[in-house]
Amino acid sequence: MEADLTLHVNGQPHAVRVDPATPLLYVLRNQLALNGPKFGCGLQQCGACMVVLNGNLAWPSCQLPVSEVLHMTVTTLEGLTRPDGSLHPLQQAFIDEQVPQCGYCLNGMVMCGAALLAQDAKPNEEEIRNSLYRVLCRCSVHSRAIKAIKRASEV
Amino acid sequence: MPQPSFLVFSLPPTSRRDFLKNAGCLTIGFALLGLATEATGGPLADELPGSLQDNPRINAWLEVLSDGRVRVLTGKIELGQGIRTAVQQVAAEELDMSLNKVEVALAETDRTPDERYTAGSASIEQSAMSVRYAAAAARQKLLTLAAQKLGTKLTQLTLADGLIQTKDKKRQLTFAQVLNGAQLTDEVRLPIKLKPKNQYRYVGKAVHRQEIERMVRAEEWYVQDLRFPNMLHARVLRPANYESKLVKLDEAELKRLVPGLLKVHIDGSFVGLLAEQEYHAKLAQDYAKLHAQWTPGRTLPTGQPLPDYLRKLPNTPKPVANQGSFDTPPAAGATTLQASYFKPYLMHGSIGPSCAVALFDQGKLHVWTHSQGVYPLRESLADLLKLPMETIHVKGVPGSGCYGHNGADDAAADAALLAVATPGRHVRVQWAREDEHAWEPYGSAMVIDISARLDPSGRITHWQQQVWTDTHSSRPNGQADKLLPTQYLAQPRMPKNDGAADFSAGGYRNAEPLYVVPNLKVDAYFFEGPLRVSALRSLGAYANVFAIESFMDELAEKAKQDPWEFRLAHLQDERAKAVVRKAQEIASQQQLAEGEGLGGAFAQYKNKAAYVAVVAKVRIKEEGTVYRPQLWAVIDSGEVINLDGIKNQTEGGLIQAASWTTTEEVVFDAHGVRSRQWESYPIYRFDEVPYIMGVTVLDYPNKPPLGAGEAAQGPTAAALANAVYRATGKRVRELPLRPEKLVDEPERRQQPG
Repeated sequence: MEADLTLHVNGQPHAVRVDPATPLLYVLRNQLALNGPKFGCGLQQCGACMVVLNGNLAWPSCQLPVSEVLHMTVTTLEGLTRPDGSLHPLQQAFIDEQVPQCGYCLNGMVMCGAALLAQDAKPNEEEIRNSLYRVLCRCSVHSRAIKAIKRASEV
Repeated sequence: MPQPSFLVFSLPPTSRRDFLKNAGCLTIGFALLGLATEATGGPLADELPGSLQDNPRINAWLEVLSDGRVRVLTGKIELGQGIRTAVQQVAAEELDMSLNKVEVALAETDRTPDERYTAGSASIEQSAMSVRYAAAAARQKLLTLAAQKLGTKLTQLTLADGLIQTKDKKRQLTFAQVLNGAQLTDEVRLPIKLKPKNQYRYVGKAVHRQEIERMVRAEEWYVQDLRFPNMLHARVLRPANYESKLVKLDEAELKRLVPGLLKVHIDGSFVGLLAEQEYHAKLAQDYAKLHAQWTPGRTLPTGQPLPDYLRKLPNTPKPVANQGSFDTPPAAGATTLQASYFKPYLMHGSIGPSCAVALFDQGKLHVWTHSQGVYPLRESLADLLKLPMETIHVKGVPGSGCYGHNGADDAAADAALLAVATPGRHVRVQWAREDEHAWEPYGSAMVIDISARLDPSGRITHWQQQVWTDTHSSRPNGQADKLLPTQYLAQPRMPKNDGAADFSAGGYRNAEPLYVVPNLKVDAYFFEGPLRVSALRSLGAYANVFAIESFMDELAEKAKQDPWEFRLAHLQDERAKAVVRKAQEIASQQQLAEGEGLGGAFAQYKNKAAYVAVVAKVRIKEEGTVYRPQLWAVIDSGEVINLDGIKNQTEGGLIQAASWTTTEEVVFDAHGVRSRQWESYPIYRFDEVPYIMGVTVLDYPNKPPLGAGEAAQGPTAAALANAVYRATGKRVRELPLRPEKLVDEPERRQQPG
């Protein structure tokens, strides 16, 4: 049941041989060794596995069959870092605000925030809170995450 | 010790190299150089921390590396609390090195000191202070050795950034040259001269945690990210309910449905499902869950309010405090008040479900785990597998934040059992969301009764408190029987509930008020409750402080006094008063709109760690939700090591505790736990989270540092309940502060959308 598929991840084509029903998350992590997206619930409830599709849509990857994204671009946390190693303003803002504690949910916050900033360069607090609605954080660094997204929007 | 040869990851080459080189911790610091000569006198330590007494040699804590850096070893694990940065700070400080020349190795058996569990907000007090003294001792020894080598006096030498120089700068030695390949094996002994605090460059400052840059680059490795060549992926089919036994699982049908399923390992009611692909292990678990047949298992109590049920359970009493007398009848004009409080079962709710990797190869077992105690886990695994301790190696790797004893040890035991059954291959066990929700050991539900007597002037003369609770520690602690899979093997071993004998004394943590009351009686009653329980951030302190601080507001009202003044009148400890006064000042500056309420609360965690006061300002939405409360905290945790670390821990504590307090409750019916994913156990989402208005840190550089990570939990609960009372007139004594308790039914409307 495996098939040869080509994914467009972080600006590069990637040939993979997998069961097309496999959720994107497992392929990103186990075939492409991308550790940005995390397994949190597998139920699209927590946002740990968030990726950005087509440059501006944050979407959980834990239930999305890999066959559904063949004609889309996929950006993971790794893909926000520029080829020269410099950081996306939002990555930098998360450092400047010292946002995470354990950092496990950071992927979801940064990817949702990046998609928001791609759509709206100057979001207000309500828009930021709404854009992060799908992300759960148990260390509870929410208020720092909101500050970081505001800060990145002011760059 | 050479790196074990099995440490090979399929990771990008640069990152892999760094990871291997640094065993989980990179340092990318800012270089700050400073000079301090040995002529300057520093404070002398007067007592060594327990961890250092147990592991007295310098090289247990600190190694000099050949490239000019030092490696600090801590027996604690990084849980997101920032312990890596704190130990890096204190070591860099005492050795006058830049932070990026200090790397940190986390808990690993036969590698780092045995510091038992990373728990109880004790990592700074124990581990960081041990590193401080070991580094100070290392400094003295390195200088002494250098003086001998250079044939000069100690006072003629300076030490900075890993280099010892003569004052004329003509001659110098690196630490590595001083030691010439050896390590410092001397025991750390008093007296030890510490660096004068007014010369600190790192300690007390808001130092950036260097792993945060790795996190935003997705280069920080979690146990979930370990990926070894030829590794098998496993899931464990957990029973339908507590104590359910496996009746039937059709392996042939399961393999037909999931062709990628490589192996089904069944030992009694412990079922491991192994596959080459993680997705196939997950599918096998999903199908098996639908098809497996189990006995019904333990019947859980229903049909009466949980507090009533828990109160009636058989219990073991434990006297906590008894002073003064309760025999005298109330004097004329005295008033009495009594109230009962309840806290439900709460979940740790780690965002990443538990995970572990294990390899059994040539008679040796290697385990990678996010357990809070690698040494106790090793002992427990030796007991479980009947393997000699020395054949087991357990390495701590950061995982998702745990906030106490979650499924980490259990997942490690799962992985160890499956690895022993599949020698020669790494086995990665990933718990599903439902596994963590349904099987983690929760924080126990608690019932607390308080009665108190006020004299005519409004002073508390008598205080009597009774606490009903299950144990707050079921950590494996060297035995196998508290590891979940052990209880479901063909030859199961069932754990004994430590109850009142629990060494952590968690049930009555903070059950004694800090307030000065001449006649005080506190008793705890330990029951064995219906759900699996263990340590959750702050243990019993959350419920005890919620009860005491709610009751203090009730008493203040009875005495017709301002609640802050009422607290101050009953406090003796000046540091406690300073925290309360600061919170009072913050509260006094708030303007309240119609329908808003302001409340406060205070506690000293464990009555000996950090002092925290919380101020909450709330308004209640029409349908009854406590809408985005505004929260302030004031904290005194003694000497500040990392200012931003304390702030971040306190901010997180405020929000997490607000989520517990307003929203959370583990739900079960007769057939088992029903809170099995986030929709049936909701925690705060971004649209609900409070506004953090400020965390004020009172720094006492010359006092010992006090554990801070759990100190905000209790005061937050009571501050919210007190604020809700002011806003609504409703005194809620049973958590959580659910809408139906805050708004009368006819007025309550359905929340739109």
